[in-house]
Amino acid sequence: MDYINILKDLSTYPGVSGREDKLSGYIAKMFEKYCDSVEIDEFYNVIGIKKGKGGLGRRIMVTAHIDEIGLIVKSIDEKGFVTVSNIGGVDSKVLLAQEVIIHGKKEIYGIIGAKPPHLLTAEEIKKAVKMEDLVIDTGLLAEEVRENVSIGDIITFKVDPFVLQNNRLSSKSLDNRAGVAALLDIMENLTLLNHNDDVWFVATVQEEVGLRGANIAAYNINPDLAIVIDVCHGQIPGTPKESVFPVGKGPAVAIGPNLHRKYSRKMIEVAKEENIPYQIDVEPGDTGTEAWAVQISREGIPTLLVSIPLKYMHTVIETLSIDDIKNTGRLIARFISMTGNEMEEVLC
Amino acid sequence: MLIKELTELNGVSGNEDEVREFIKKEAEKYADEITEDSMGNLICYKKGTSSKYRVMLSAHMDEVGFMVTGYEDSMLKFASIGGIDERILPGKRVLVGEKRIPGVIGSKPIHLQEKAERGNNIKQKNMYIDIGAEKKEEAEKLAPLGEYIAFHSLYTEFGDGCIKAKALDDRIGCAILLEILKETYQFDLYVCFTVQEEIGLRGAGVAAFRVNPDIAIVVEGTTCSDVPGAREHEYSTVMGQGAALTIMDRTSYPNKKLVEFMCKTAQNRNIPVQYKQTTTGGNDAGKIQLTRDGVVVASVSVPCRYIHSPVSVMKREDYESCLKLVKAVLDEFGSDENLIESFCV
Repeated sequence: MDYINILKDLSTYPGVSGREDKLSGYIAKMFEKYCDSVEIDEFYNVIGIKKGKGGLGRRIMVTAHIDEIGLIVKSIDEKGFVTVSNIGGVDSKVLLAQEVIIHGKKEIYGIIGAKPPHLLTAEEIKKAVKMEDLVIDTGLLAEEVRENVSIGDIITFKVDPFVLQNNRLSSKSLDNRAGVAALLDIMENLTLLNHNDDVWFVATVQEEVGLRGANIAAYNINPDLAIVIDVCHGQIPGTPKESVFPVGKGPAVAIGPNLHRKYSRKMIEVAKEENIPYQIDVEPGDTGTEAWAVQISREGIPTLLVSIPLKYMHTVIETLSIDDIKNTGRLIARFISMTGNEMEEVLC
Repeated sequence: MLIKELTELNGVSGNEDEVREFIKKEAEKYADEITEDSMGNLICYKKGTSSKYRVMLSAHMDEVGFMVTGYEDSMLKFASIGGIDERILPGKRVLVGEKRIPGVIGSKPIHLQEKAERGNNIKQKNMYIDIGAEKKEEAEKLAPLGEYIAFHSLYTEFGDGCIKAKALDDRIGCAILLEILKETYQFDLYVCFTVQEEIGLRGAGVAAFRVNPDIAIVVEGTTCSDVPGAREHEYSTVMGQGAALTIMDRTSYPNKKLVEFMCKTAQNRNIPVQYKQTTTGGNDAGKIQLTRDGVVVASVSVPCRYIHSPVSVMKREDYESCLKLVKAVLDEFGSDENLIESFCV
């Protein structure tokens, strides 16, 4: 798999929470290459099924959310400058001088500005710039802006993905398009590995605004086991070592009450047996991922969480190691192929 | 496309080589003689047809940027070269050194910020540049101490005749002067592409000393604050309203007669023109004015929003106004032998 190019395309494809429709279609096409059937549900979750050889009808659901954080048009002023609100957890401090696309009647390029620095008071310059003080400059006349942009239109960030040293990639929305790449990797791996259970791959929507897509998918699919793939914080200077994970040292397997204890152990065993690098992600409570919603769907679903370390989460320079994605794919594919017969045993 | 090519070159103050080499190649087609001085200024001489006067035009080649000052784990610590608003830095893309090694300016993501950190702007000392190095040794090897770092930003046309690029201050001046160089004039013309403007107007004075001009005009990209949050009297310049003439700033006090003459010339020829309405900031005119026994100077600029950021914005029509005005003024200089002399008394 050409991970760098697939991720460049995936990460720059617009798909803010609640507006994933086009992205879902794009991802469904990617799924079709590997899956026996692919469908898009009413919420635009993409569901790809890869049948197992066991014929037992047992279902393993593997999810990765496809939505990204973004902005939404709040108002247009008399000169045509556009003010914004956020969708999902956006840090207003990283938005100045950022290029954006407003998805109005047509795509409109703009730049995020604010009151210029030399006009700020000493007090103002220390305080974080607020979302309501940011404006988008489209370089268009006011009437042209009004013709094409409406309140509620979605805004995405415009970035040039950067390939860094050591097979690292920096782009927007790698949270969680990296997870989508991992899904593809699992599919590819499973074309070579035997697996007894049916695998339901779900590219989910609306994670960033409250784990909504996964909630619905878990209910509809009602799987026997769920594996959630998301990102975790990559290690950077000035952060507590216990809550961050070095990039390039393998996926993080979560353990804690949100996750099924025996399956988590099994996942770690597989990593050891297969010599796949991994890290342990200790989660004493809410994992902040879809696992939190999926676990308590219907009569309860044994759930696992595997995370890809990602630096600068929720910025336009999210940075990860391609190797971590590959190892995530390998680990989960091996796990799926090995659990088949042992499932009863683990569950007892 | 000259503006695209010029703005996509990297030339942080003190490291203008890439820009100089490019300009030299272009200028060679038109100049009679090109001198490169010890600081790296490029002085392009164009012999006049009749007049005894020496006219200097100046635009600076350098741009704001950064330099590697140290390492934290495998990350680069960095200092700014020139005035950069640290609030715009997090999440920006940069290119390190001549090999243009890609890097990103990192800081703590919002989820890991303490409450006090969330409410305040991120300090540059708490940022670093991530080139993807795994170990400090690797970072040191790829980006040694003192390595220059430039913003990464692609030239983009958008909106109603707008251009977004880095380094419009002052590659836009360089683009205008390269156009000017194409024609021949009555007087001796010295088109100077200067270095180190952004760290204290270091190159222009040296160039002016060598040229020893009778009159000098600086062509710049200048502050344009006609955006929400600024009051109208704080705008300085307005994008789309033409070439901006400086009355006074922190470094220079341009010749009143010359500035008024330039304004009138613009009006007579229907070239959009505006006065810069703040006295803050400064440019090479300040150093040129005080060279030797003093030089008659003026500054004319293209208004640039978000100046000193990777996403500076200007209007193409303002570039055209500025180019037309400089051409018109030179035209007037040539048609009246005594005009230049008249500014000096």
